[in-house]
Amino acid sequence: MNRPGLLLKMELRSNPETLCVVRGALLQLAEHLGFPESECRAVVLGVDEALTNIIRHAYGGSADQPIEVVFSRIQEAWRGANREALEIVLVDQGKKVDSAKLAGRALEDVRPGGLGLHFIRETMDAVEFRHTNGRNQLRLVKFLSVPEPHKGSQGE
Amino acid sequence: MQISARNLDKTTIFDISGDIDLATSPALRKPLLRELRELRTPRVILNLKAVRYIDSSGVASLVEGLKASRDVGSRFILFGLNTTVREVLQLSKLVKIFEICETEEQATTA
Repeated sequence: MNRPGLLLKMELRSNPETLCVVRGALLQLAEHLGFPESECRAVVLGVDEALTNIIRHAYGGSADQPIEVVFSRIQEAWRGANREALEIVLVDQGKKVDSAKLAGRALEDVRPGGLGLHFIRETMDAVEFRHTNGRNQLRLVKFLSVPEPHKGSQGE
Repeated sequence: MQISARNLDKTTIFDISGDIDLATSPALRKPLLRELRELRTPRVILNLKAVRYIDSSGVASLVEGLKASRDVGSRFILFGLNTTVREVLQLSKLVKIFEICETEEQATTA
């Protein structure tokens, strides 16, 4: 299928060993698109955490399940103006994500776990989740020049 | 990720390098918790100078280590945080709960 703005499409298995490969490719892609160094690291962290959540929660740690990741350069409306952005869409066929959990948790409670969603929301400008036809779809958007305020959004 | 341990007087220093993520964090957690819960080493220090990447799984392992150290009354100290590690810890808002030093000398004498 011809997608306008398509930069890269990955078809992965839910094996944690592949995470470092995705990070390497994404870092290069983000640098190529012109993100500043710290934003490149933020994009890599957000996508890595999204993949980690799919592996751990949607697939319950099973290492051989399919994940599709599509990276596109898009124009996204923000406060009445179109802005250049990197869109990342992650699709899996695992257990339906409980959208209530997408709100994350209070970080004042010092305990391991629950940080992944917080990292996704902090590193991305938009976070949208959908579940259709037995597939989870997480859409992440990172603006090339970050508009203020830097805050994630959530939809379903 | 690579991890190796050095034993000094009542102190163990873990030298860690590479990426700490979902795939590798169990290899960090296991020796760390053994050092604290089983051996009850009074001072456990993590050298993070050569860590290229850390994600929430890695931070969770550090938090587990910290909690284990509090349970047994040990010191748990991090040093050598590069920009990447420091950014992730700051993003987690948990940076304040850790005892962080700049150098190994400071970590061993603090």
